[in-house]
Amino acid sequence: MSPLALLARLGRLVLSVLASFGRVTLFALDAVSHILRPPYYPRELAVALLNIGWLSLPVVGLTAIFTGGALALQIYAGGARFNAEAVVPQIVAIGMVRELGPVLVGLMIAARVTSSIAAEIATMKVTEQIDALVTLSTHPMKYLTAPRVLAALITVPLLVGIGDIIGIMGGYTVAVQNLGFNAAAYLQNTVDFLETRDVVSSLVKGAVFGVIAAVMGCYYGMNSGRGAQGVGRATKGSVEAAAVLILAANFVLTGVFFSI
Amino acid sequence: MIRMENVHKAFGPNRVLQGMNLEVPRGTSMVIIGGSGTGKSVALKCVLGLIKPDSGKIYVDGKDAADTSDRDAFLARFGMLFQGGALFDSLPVWQNVAFRLLRGSLKRPQAEAREIAIEKLRRVGLKPDVADRFPAELSGGMQKRVGLARAIAAEPEIIFFDEPTTGLDPIMAGVINELIREIVTEMGATAMTITHDMTSVRAIADNVAMLHGGVIQWTGPVAQMDDSGDPYLDQFIHGRAEGPIEAVR
Ligand SMILES: Nc1ncnc2c1ncn2[C@@H]1O[C@H](COP(=O)(O)OP(=O)(O)OP(=O)(O)O)[C@@H](O)[C@H]1O
Ligand SMILES: [Mg+2]
Repeated sequence: MSPLALLARLGRLVLSVLASFGRVTLFALDAVSHILRPPYYPRELAVALLNIGWLSLPVVGLTAIFTGGALALQIYAGGARFNAEAVVPQIVAIGMVRELGPVLVGLMIAARVTSSIAAEIATMKVTEQIDALVTLSTHPMKYLTAPRVLAALITVPLLVGIGDIIGIMGGYTVAVQNLGFNAAAYLQNTVDFLETRDVVSSLVKGAVFGVIAAVMGCYYGMNSGRGAQGVGRATKGSVEAAAVLILAANFVLTGVFFSI
Repeated sequence: MIRMENVHKAFGPNRVLQGMNLEVPRGTSMVIIGGSGTGKSVALKCVLGLIKPDSGKIYVDGKDAADTSDRDAFLARFGMLFQGGALFDSLPVWQNVAFRLLRGSLKRPQAEAREIAIEKLRRVGLKPDVADRFPAELSGGMQKRVGLARAIAAEPEIIFFDEPTTGLDPIMAGVINELIREIVTEMGATAMTITHDMTSVRAIADNVAMLHGGVIQWTGPVAQMDDSGDPYLDQFIHGRAEGPIEAVR
């Protein structure tokens, strides 16, 4: 292939990526405008809160506790190389709250919530249920997207907060049980070391990741192709996109919060 | 009154509607017939704005259907039975039927909405105990009738039925035909029905239109259907394999 053709191909790729980015952004703005304007659907919101928030607790808790435990073991082993074992409580706290808590919860939400939103809405699209909604004077963005995005915005930061705490408790348990740390001193070190900024960044990341997860699920669902294959593609695409965007957003947010 | 003027719609290379013209006077029943895949369902969806025509105009009582300024008021006048039912599978049957009555401008108390739903279910020949089941637990014909009950629940002025009797037993088909006729004559609704069932055509229609090759091949009062002299229509209503319409399309 000639260099020029390669360049043209690259250009097309960049353009198409930018175009889809624009479409997703417009979609997200549309969703937000529907969250703000009546009519509201409280029943749909309640169901979404339950599905996205409450029912995600077990997987979030399990993810966090094992990660916190493993983190304590690693830091202890790594720290021992230069006689810095004592730093375990601080690093576990920072690692969980600043990075691992939000990222792992975000990814679990992408796996659990984004996929199920995308599959559900895509199935509705394929079986003409979305068309039926429109003919029943109900706006699909308002009825399907708005409650899910709002529920994710509310619950995912909470899930991240809970994940942070459980993760720290996981590290605490390992440190106290297996590594011979003093329980009271461990907790004191954790609390003293964490700054408000750490906690705020964690919750803000949670809110952003939650919105990304819900918006991508809805976007791919609403734009699903036809048939079972369309539903499958929509589901797969939504999880990939949500996961990548969450990691990218995490990088940007970490920069915003901690490099200035 | 519904008027379609020179409506075109293509999906990629598949040119479905190629200049469709049709007029449905207020308070009458129009039945659209035509081969499978000729674009009958697409035509109805164009009127509702679910599919955007490539060109051409559609008017409902003189108002341009493409005008999106007051979609809610526009759609509130319509009821639609989808070919595949399109029931909300996350909601029980009665909430499907009463969907419009549970939210939005037509909202009313839950008990009242439920009562209306059960009454509409009865009109399509379903017992009250169906009300609390989920769509996936019903047979195909039952789902179709729930869809029909949902379409008529809010007593819209204009109702579209996409194959209302397909998949029903002959007795139930008779009940549904009568119901559609009743809705037009007693409630004064305007109806557009798609069907492949010639018994239904005769029972429901004031006027008949045959869609073929992307245009209305023939249209006229149902009484003139049998001696139209149109070879396409004749072949279709008599179900002959031989004729101007090819069997493989
Ligand atoms: N959303 C869509 N995307 C692409 N093609 C479509 C779409 N909807 C319909 N078509 C195509 O348009 C043509 C007409 O479809 P339509 O559903 O209107 O047929 P029909 O006349 O209702 O047939 P039937 O009697 O079998 O229901 C078909 O070839 C179909 O493949
Ligand atoms: Mg059809």
